[in-house]
Amino acid sequence: MTALRHPAIAIGGGLVLGMVAIALLAPWLGTIDPTQIAPAARTRAPSAEHWFGTDMLGRDLYSRVLYGTRVSLVVGFTVALLTSAIGTAIGLTSGALPRLDDIIMRVMDGIMSVPPILLAIALMTLTRGSIGNVIIAITFAEAPRMSRIVRGVVLVLREQSYVDAAITAGSPTPVILWRHVLPNALAPIIVQASYVSASAMIVEAILSFLGAGTPTSTPSWGNIMAEGRSLWQVKPFIVFFPAVFLSLAVFAVNLLGDGLRDALDPRVAKKA
Amino acid sequence: MTVPLIEVRDLKKHFPAGRASVVHAVDGVSFTIGRGETLALVGESGCGKSTVGRTLLRLQDPTSGEIWLDGRRIDGLSPGVFRPMRRKMQVIFQDPFSSLDPRMKVSDILAEPIRNFGLAKSRRDLADRVSRSLDMVRLPGSSADRYPHQFSGGQRQRIAIARALAAEPELIVCDEAVSALDVSVKAKIVNLLADLQAGLGLGLLFISHDLAVVDAIAHRIAVMYLGRIVEQGTRRQVFAAPRHPYTQALLSAVPQPEPGAARRRILLSGEIPSPIDRPAGCHFHTRCPMAMPICRQTEPTPMTGTDGHYVSCHLEQSTNRT
Amino acid sequence: MAILEVEGLKVHFRTGAEAVRAVDDVSFSLVRGETLAIVGESGSGKSVTANAVMRLLPRAQTRVAGAIRFDGRDLMALPERSMAQLRGDRIGMVFQEPMTSLNPVLSIGTQITETLRRHKGLTMRAALDRAVEMLAAVGISEPGRRIAEYPHQLSGGMRQRVMIAIAICCDPDILIADEPTTALDVTIQAQILDLLAELKRRTGTSIIFITHDLGVVAEIADRILVMYAGRKIEESATSDLFEQPMHPYTRGLLASMPRLRGGSDAGPARLHEIPGLIPLQSFGAAGCNFAERCVRAEAVCRENSPPPLLVRPGHMSACHFSDIGTASS
Repeated sequence: MTALRHPAIAIGGGLVLGMVAIALLAPWLGTIDPTQIAPAARTRAPSAEHWFGTDMLGRDLYSRVLYGTRVSLVVGFTVALLTSAIGTAIGLTSGALPRLDDIIMRVMDGIMSVPPILLAIALMTLTRGSIGNVIIAITFAEAPRMSRIVRGVVLVLREQSYVDAAITAGSPTPVILWRHVLPNALAPIIVQASYVSASAMIVEAILSFLGAGTPTSTPSWGNIMAEGRSLWQVKPFIVFFPAVFLSLAVFAVNLLGDGLRDALDPRVAKKA
Repeated sequence: MTVPLIEVRDLKKHFPAGRASVVHAVDGVSFTIGRGETLALVGESGCGKSTVGRTLLRLQDPTSGEIWLDGRRIDGLSPGVFRPMRRKMQVIFQDPFSSLDPRMKVSDILAEPIRNFGLAKSRRDLADRVSRSLDMVRLPGSSADRYPHQFSGGQRQRIAIARALAAEPELIVCDEAVSALDVSVKAKIVNLLADLQAGLGLGLLFISHDLAVVDAIAHRIAVMYLGRIVEQGTRRQVFAAPRHPYTQALLSAVPQPEPGAARRRILLSGEIPSPIDRPAGCHFHTRCPMAMPICRQTEPTPMTGTDGHYVSCHLEQSTNRT
Repeated sequence: MAILEVEGLKVHFRTGAEAVRAVDDVSFSLVRGETLAIVGESGSGKSVTANAVMRLLPRAQTRVAGAIRFDGRDLMALPERSMAQLRGDRIGMVFQEPMTSLNPVLSIGTQITETLRRHKGLTMRAALDRAVEMLAAVGISEPGRRIAEYPHQLSGGMRQRVMIAIAICCDPDILIADEPTTALDVTIQAQILDLLAELKRRTGTSIIFITHDLGVVAEIADRILVMYAGRKIEESATSDLFEQPMHPYTRGLLASMPRLRGGSDAGPARLHEIPGLIPLQSFGAAGCNFAERCVRAEAVCRENSPPPLLVRPGHMSACHFSDIGTASS
């Protein structure tokens, strides 16, 4: 497949797959129970026994960071999926029905006027911290932007004469949206979804860092960093490793998104 | 007296344009199209010919006026009731690159109308019909499995024609269908359309700005200017003996591949006025080489001679017509 | 006396692994004061040729070979800065799409005076006066008022007139017009062609007119060059080309053109068809580019590139059978 030849897709995709592998295979990658407390071995520096060291409760950081991958990936992918579904539904409706367009877009503008992180934090204060609630909060913050993008694409595609041809060929509006508009809108949706997943991982980390995200019983890169914050000047490795993993994950997903954007854009793709 | 395939009476289509102004894109247009007949709608930018086509197909709804298809009035019908009737009126658009969904295989593109109008009795029948449509436009059967971007502009227009034919229509609206094609390709598509019309008894509404192409394919011609028909008649009447000054100027402006031929060119002064702010009286008076004082004040009353030749011009009224 | 000489022009574009020969060994010259029309369909290479002369081709993945001599100077050897000085001053160009050729955020006055001040070093006052003169010369009414207007306030025909004004404001030796009237209505096209003819009468500028429309060419050109798939296949004086076209492609093209018959004939016309498809790209195969579509093609056509034969004085045709009779079709 020509897509694989694209360096951004190959590298970004490879890294993402690597992360998925880590998340799935965590129990077999030399980890121990990430919640196992060992007060005698508090805040030990990285060694042969604890590759990333231990935290203030003596828990093995290597295991915690690797298991933390699961949280980030689950949040990243789920938010991307939900945002795409909801954003697309809203965007399609808005683009196809001019009368509802104004109202819907004003509501979306209102939600978008609050920075997504603040919005997510505000929403999390209304409930207790859990991965599920984190996902819902971030989706709520990111969906309007997706709907705006989809609506823009729909408005352009609506003017294509193949849409007029489909009308003349007797297809009703919902069928036209599903069969003609949506497939041609997939490219920008996929690209935006990859950016959303990167953003979601960062927001989750921030929420957890602030104590408003994943509860500490489940290790996530954000709450590991939160716990290590007070000690970071003397024991920087507690914050360091999760930070590296988070950066790598976000980088990989963004790179994949850039690659997909180039590969799926018909104008750019033809030149290659 | 057979009912004409299409009858349009006093069709108007207005678009709001900003605060208080209105674009009179189509302003009282009437014509008929008989079975097996090609009516060409010609004119330049802003004349409204494309809008007429789109309104006829009900891609837009008319502001007022009547549209009759096969003896039945269709302009007021709800979309649901009208949809099955769309089978009878199909369309070919100008741009071969945006008129075919790039993500669909040719077979799916052709199958769409067949399925929508319930024309196929079985999966086998559907495949046969797709095949037959490709045959009719002289494309190989293998085209069905390919995608639009694998074809040239002329071939894509053939696919568009095949899609129109797949619905077994009675009328095809050709909206500048050959304008974007090279000269040699244009010739083939024009011939193809003429052959299909003769073979299937189709009516064609041929919308074009290219008078030479119109000359090759049309039976009757209507000339439009700023939303109105200024002259209408058979090809012989309009092209050999044009009566409206605009038609005369239009014909004389077409460059002919005969170097050194005496050029009796009528040069019109000025630009085509904006459809928002149309001149009073006869819309054409600002550019008309024969404008009289009355042209600036009153709209001319259209007159139709006994031979069916329709002209809307004050000059007609000052001479007696039999 | 030749103002422009193009010899052996080759333009190759590299797309992926293949090289497309957009222009394949084209030579011609332009005499002072004459109008040369370059005619062809899609893929003929006519626009690429014009852009090559102006050195406006993209630099990436493009190879240009051959000699282009303007007034004795080799344009291919000039540094870009010298070329920029020539453009707009000695060689003017008018493009097809007036919508995108004019800068939408600058007034038309600014766009004309910019050219005048750069090439002629005029003061703003003098440049404005000259700009108003130019607008009047291209037939724009109320030029003093229009000069402050923006492109979006003008119609297509007027924008094209402005393009022409910009192209000729410095009195160039050559005006290159690439499909200048294709996007215009036919009555407006008539006005623009008339304008070009008059400008030429007044200033004696040489014109290279690129188009696919043989009717326009009959009206405006002194000499015609027909291109097909990157190669020049016929060249002659205008009347000679229409009276006795020699190359089978030219003949086919003339025969397949729909024309106004004056309404005298009975029914719809059947247009002549050239079999086969226009090649999407040229790969520089040996043999005649047109062979696979030509009704007269024989083995020699597929093996050997036809040499340019001088059939009559001033009339060249690149066909192995050019000198065999002057029978039609």
